[in-house]
Amino acid sequence: MTTLFDCRDAFASTLEALAQSDQRVVAVCNDSVGSSKLGEFKKRFPDRLINVGIAEQNMIGVAAGLANGGKIPFVCGASCFLTGRALEQIKADLAYAKANVKLCGMSSGMAYGELGPTHHSIEDLAWTRAIADLSVVVPADPTETSQAITLAYNHVGPMFIRLSRMGVPAVHADNYQFVLGKAAMLANGTDVTLISNGTLVTRCVQAAKKLRDHGISARVLNMASIRPLDREAIVMAARETGAIVTVEEHTTQGGLGGAVAEVIVQNEPVPMAILGIPGVFAPTGSAEFLLDHFGMDVPGIVDAARAVVSRKVANQRLAS
Amino acid sequence: MNPDTALSAAALKVESQESRKATLQMIFGAGLGHVGGDFSALDITTVLFGAILRINPKDPTAMNRDRFIMSKGHAAGALYVTLARQGFFSTDLLSTFMKPLSRLGGHPDRTKLPGVETNTGPLGHGLPVGVGTALAAKLSGNSYRTFVVTGDGELQEGSNWEAAMCAAHNKLDNLIVTVDRNGLQQGDRTESTCGLDSLAAKWRAFGFEVVEVDGHDHAALLDVYSRVPLIPGKPTCVIARTIKGKGVSFMQDGAAWHHKVPSATEFEAAMLELQVA
Repeated sequence: MTTLFDCRDAFASTLEALAQSDQRVVAVCNDSVGSSKLGEFKKRFPDRLINVGIAEQNMIGVAAGLANGGKIPFVCGASCFLTGRALEQIKADLAYAKANVKLCGMSSGMAYGELGPTHHSIEDLAWTRAIADLSVVVPADPTETSQAITLAYNHVGPMFIRLSRMGVPAVHADNYQFVLGKAAMLANGTDVTLISNGTLVTRCVQAAKKLRDHGISARVLNMASIRPLDREAIVMAARETGAIVTVEEHTTQGGLGGAVAEVIVQNEPVPMAILGIPGVFAPTGSAEFLLDHFGMDVPGIVDAARAVVSRKVANQRLAS
Repeated sequence: MNPDTALSAAALKVESQESRKATLQMIFGAGLGHVGGDFSALDITTVLFGAILRINPKDPTAMNRDRFIMSKGHAAGALYVTLARQGFFSTDLLSTFMKPLSRLGGHPDRTKLPGVETNTGPLGHGLPVGVGTALAAKLSGNSYRTFVVTGDGELQEGSNWEAAMCAAHNKLDNLIVTVDRNGLQQGDRTESTCGLDSLAAKWRAFGFEVVEVDGHDHAALLDVYSRVPLIPGKPTCVIARTIKGKGVSFMQDGAAWHHKVPSATEFEAAMLELQVA
């Protein structure tokens, strides 16, 4: 049985370590101390936890003001409310004004499962990657989460880090180095590339193994950095494998798939499949159930990869 | 403002008149601008920058500077003219207002101009940011004050009230909000659109110490601002009763001059009035 991790724990311990060594680090939340795992932070640094209550627009403005006053604010809340409710504040107060604020969206995707679509955050990447000058990162496991938080602390400028609460296994070695703007190749391959981030990276790794049984050599890219995007890795994948499948816990409209498609279409058009929540509000179900329901289980990813490889082969036959 | 050179009420009155001329010149030259809202706010900005704010135009990012936030960002004209005349940047820049690639856009940008603390414009943004700067001061044990100017129509945005609750809850007596209460918004009077009165009662209910003042009376403004915080542990709200377009008879108290630009004839007539006053 593989050990599963709640990446919010890695977030919390990393933030506490940063706060311990730097007085400027503060946490800002919207009555989400528990769900943002800030209980220990609150105990250790009570003056540096600013809980504004259920008021996301104020929360973002306050964070911008705190940054103006010399603090390094980490703003925490359920990703659906953090991004949706305060999107204009993120655009104007943070991105446009270049405020040094770090947004930590918790329980993203369908992590809230049965609580339903008002609590699902499946548009946050489409929304945030459309805003200029806002970095967007989706870590896959505890190691990458910890590094992303540290990177955010060192980075000058606003950043959005999208975290889940769904249990995930480790996909990176302990000596992994996350680099903003660089995808990580978890498996090399020549027939198709699976591009994913966050909670679904592990399923892509497993799918790649299964694809071998079908004689398909699959490359797996963890594209944690949505902005800046590793365009080079995408173009190389298209050029060298000729077929792409993106897999994300997000709508198929405008997230990782959209970002990758924009690069592919303009540089190296190849057959592509975009897996995600297919432009609907989810029915009742846990996150795991819903991911399977929407075809993002390992067999579903395998099928999508095989289909896109078939299209590639058919195109090649037509061309010759 | 240097305490040694802080202007008297009489001098501030002269200064605000000169500022009105400069603002009108700028807007006429650009063919764009918000003269109504600029003129209702100009006496407030002149008094604050001329006599109250502890900020050095030559060192505008010093951590212990007082913060000024023009939350009604469309009054960028008033802000730019005040900042320029205070020496934050050259008055030569004013003629570039709204011109292509200008640093002086229709709404203020902190990355383009010294003296601008945050990028306002959408309304309802400045007060939350001001709450943040005030909170940072309390956390750091810093004595700087945060002054925010909002419009009155702007207060229809709910984010202001989130911020107000937060300010009172955190006892931010280093935060002073001034409402430019000119009674008008873009299309009509505020009380015909979405009534705000009793505005003073609302701010009191939200935990602010409230004072009402004539927003064009420099001596009265000086007096109020010199006494902040009015009550320890409570943020302050100054409701400045103002006239939109104040200073030019035919521009006063109408929604039309929210973003109407004067014709050549109107400009000459307006400048004549401002010259004589």
